[in-house]
Amino acid sequence: MSRRLSDDEYQKTLSFKLRQWLDGTKDPFLDVVETKPQEIVIEDRDGQDRRKKERNLIYEQVYDLKNNREMKWFERIYRVLSVAFCIFLVVMLLFAVSGLPTFGDPKNPANNEVSKRYIEKGLQETGAVNIVTGMILDYRAFDTLGESHVLFIATCTVLILLRTDKKYGKDTIEYREANDRTHEPKNDVILQTVAKILVPPIFIFGIYVILGGHLGPGGGFSGGAVIGAGLILYVNAFGFAKTERFFTAKTYKIMSFSALACYSLAKSYSFYTGANHIESVIPLGTPGAILSSGLILVLNICVGVVVAGTMYTFYVMFRKGGY
Amino acid sequence: MEFVQNLPFISIILSLFSGPLSSVLDGKKAKRVNIAVISIIGVMSAAVLAYVVRTGKAFVYMMGHFPAPWGNEIRVGVLEALMAVFFCVIMLLSMIGGVREREIQIEETKQNLYYVMVNLLLSSLLALIYTNDLFTAYVFVEINTISACGLIMIRQNGRTIEAATRYMIMSLLGSGLLLLGICFLYDLTGQLLMSNIQAAVRALDASGQYHIPLLVSMVLISVGLAIKSALYPFHAWLPDAYGYSTLSSAAILSSLVSKGYIFLLIKIFYRVIGFGIVRESKVIHILFVFGIIGMIMGSLSAIKEKDIRRMIAYSSVAQIGYIYMGFGLGTLPGVIASIYHILSHAATKSLLFVAASGLTDSAGDSTDFSDLTGAGYRNKLAGIAFTVGSLSMVGFPVFSGFISKLLFAQAAVGHEIKMLPTLIALAISTILNALYFMNTVIRIYTPERRRGNEKQRVVPLREQPAKSAALVCFIVLNIFLGLSSEPIIEMIRTGLGMFM
Repeated sequence: MSRRLSDDEYQKTLSFKLRQWLDGTKDPFLDVVETKPQEIVIEDRDGQDRRKKERNLIYEQVYDLKNNREMKWFERIYRVLSVAFCIFLVVMLLFAVSGLPTFGDPKNPANNEVSKRYIEKGLQETGAVNIVTGMILDYRAFDTLGESHVLFIATCTVLILLRTDKKYGKDTIEYREANDRTHEPKNDVILQTVAKILVPPIFIFGIYVILGGHLGPGGGFSGGAVIGAGLILYVNAFGFAKTERFFTAKTYKIMSFSALACYSLAKSYSFYTGANHIESVIPLGTPGAILSSGLILVLNICVGVVVAGTMYTFYVMFRKGGY
Repeated sequence: MEFVQNLPFISIILSLFSGPLSSVLDGKKAKRVNIAVISIIGVMSAAVLAYVVRTGKAFVYMMGHFPAPWGNEIRVGVLEALMAVFFCVIMLLSMIGGVREREIQIEETKQNLYYVMVNLLLSSLLALIYTNDLFTAYVFVEINTISACGLIMIRQNGRTIEAATRYMIMSLLGSGLLLLGICFLYDLTGQLLMSNIQAAVRALDASGQYHIPLLVSMVLISVGLAIKSALYPFHAWLPDAYGYSTLSSAAILSSLVSKGYIFLLIKIFYRVIGFGIVRESKVIHILFVFGIIGMIMGSLSAIKEKDIRRMIAYSSVAQIGYIYMGFGLGTLPGVIASIYHILSHAATKSLLFVAASGLTDSAGDSTDFSDLTGAGYRNKLAGIAFTVGSLSMVGFPVFSGFISKLLFAQAAVGHEIKMLPTLIALAISTILNALYFMNTVIRIYTPERRRGNEKQRVVPLREQPAKSAALVCFIVLNIFLGLSSEPIIEMIRTGLGMFM
């Protein structure tokens, strides 16, 4: 493309300024913004060779492609078989589903004395206005205890897989990759301003959802997810240097341990007293008050802490591999 | 209510609690906590077993202030308590046997995470054993799956990551099918408590309503758990997962994780659907056929292997085939034989893994057969232990494998249709077992003639006291199972009676 104006003249025109603004390299209020376009990673010769060699090694050592007759045979029939199998599965499941009780029929077997008691006596027995919370944290608290440990163990597995504990020197590729700021703009003003406005309400909303779990829709899982999202927004805007002042790997460890330990202890107390027919000393309080429904509030807070930590840790691990 | 009845609940909570606790401790302390927790739970389960045997009645323990269909509950009979004791013993010995490997193969900063996985795995196994509620079972199946993945990939090299990926894909598929099956059952019966579902299923079966969804839910649950426990066509994840993970992981995965799922399947068949209804459906024949195919194909793959750990792993495929064949027979003796084989195979397979690692120590950690020639002379205890394990696998009298083969054969005799295929498959599989296990035993006792293999070295008994102690305990356990099988079989029989 040829331009009629010379470069100097072109840079004075309006269209050039518009283009600069669209590209985000210049802001009408702040002048030139410090942004760094993403570096295009050019793989050097050695890296390419190494990658090729590794791939060939896998093919030879693991699959032994040249001499693997099973593999060749498998590749040939795989597509046909997989399609046939999927069709079979879909037809079978559709057929089975069509034989199930009609959805929404009041005479269905699922509408029995179990759900009746949850609905009719739930408020009186658990003290929770929100029946769902009463069900998951009081009637069937053992399942939820297991479920919060599922979250915990999932984080531990991610830590095993992604946490980089080795310290690399400043000039290595690994160090540059771990330093996540190479791939994105630094100190984006729009993001920072928005985060400054949004993050506090997000946190407060999350805390509200957790604390109000027994009074209305909400609870530990959803509130924890909201707080986790707020943390992620904050770290995106301001970087790890700021979040690490209050949230490090150690904080996460202590937080999740104390929350889960608190959950286990609280529930052990109620399981033990329940099974041995001892009267529990924890009062249910007036339904609707914030301090009511016995242990449910405490358990909601525990679950919320675990979930928030899990969300944030997942993000950090995938982004950088360590706090 | 007596205090002993609290112990199953306390053991589940204790192991759950020790998981997060290990995450804040360092590796050494976490190891001590882990060993202590497993031992304490073993002792508590033994007390529960003694109590249940004495009273002769199963008891139900309410988890919380609300009775069963509304709240959760666990149920303890002889069979459950026996399994819990046995799983604790095997897990303790596997953990002790693999101490040195763990220290070498796992990054130091991640040691404590290993114990998090093991503690939570133990809790999930206990919950699977004791639970009386289908949905609780599913929640703990999740914990079991994730922790097993962690156990495989914590030794980080390419092969284990690939193995863990495969395991995860297959296992999640299995979990998904199980969950679908549970959803179907819930929709048909409106219950999650095992005994209530059984009553509802009986009524449905008598009235002939919803026949097809019921059958489909049975199929989904069986296939899901069969994938997770590596029944023959679904075994592709197994050799890599057992072959390359660290020693204790391989021993625990092969002897406990897959067995936990099989136990859950037996429990669902007995306590949820009712064995009579399962027997009338065709599902059980399918399990029987795949069990038999697995017995033979697993052994054939093992014969082809040149790597000792992968060979032992493939042998697991064959042994799981035995277990499925046993309850595929659809008779009480068949199920008893299966459950006995769960115990016998768990004891033998973990023994073989630990012994094989003792042999590979003397060959500079090479698992290749050519380096293992004469290894039995260089590490004497491991050689003896491997021989014991092999003889037990082949079914030599005195060892536990003999009793389980005998029980399978006795169960098959008298069955109208399935007698002949069972006996033939048993015979062929025994010969194949003998082929590869005796081949290995002969190899490790053939003196090395070539000189100058620098990998090979003599491993004295005192170098690894923990592994030696574990091996001796394993050998004793194996001979104990082989010699005094009668009381254990009796316990299994009464336990199954309590399932009703």
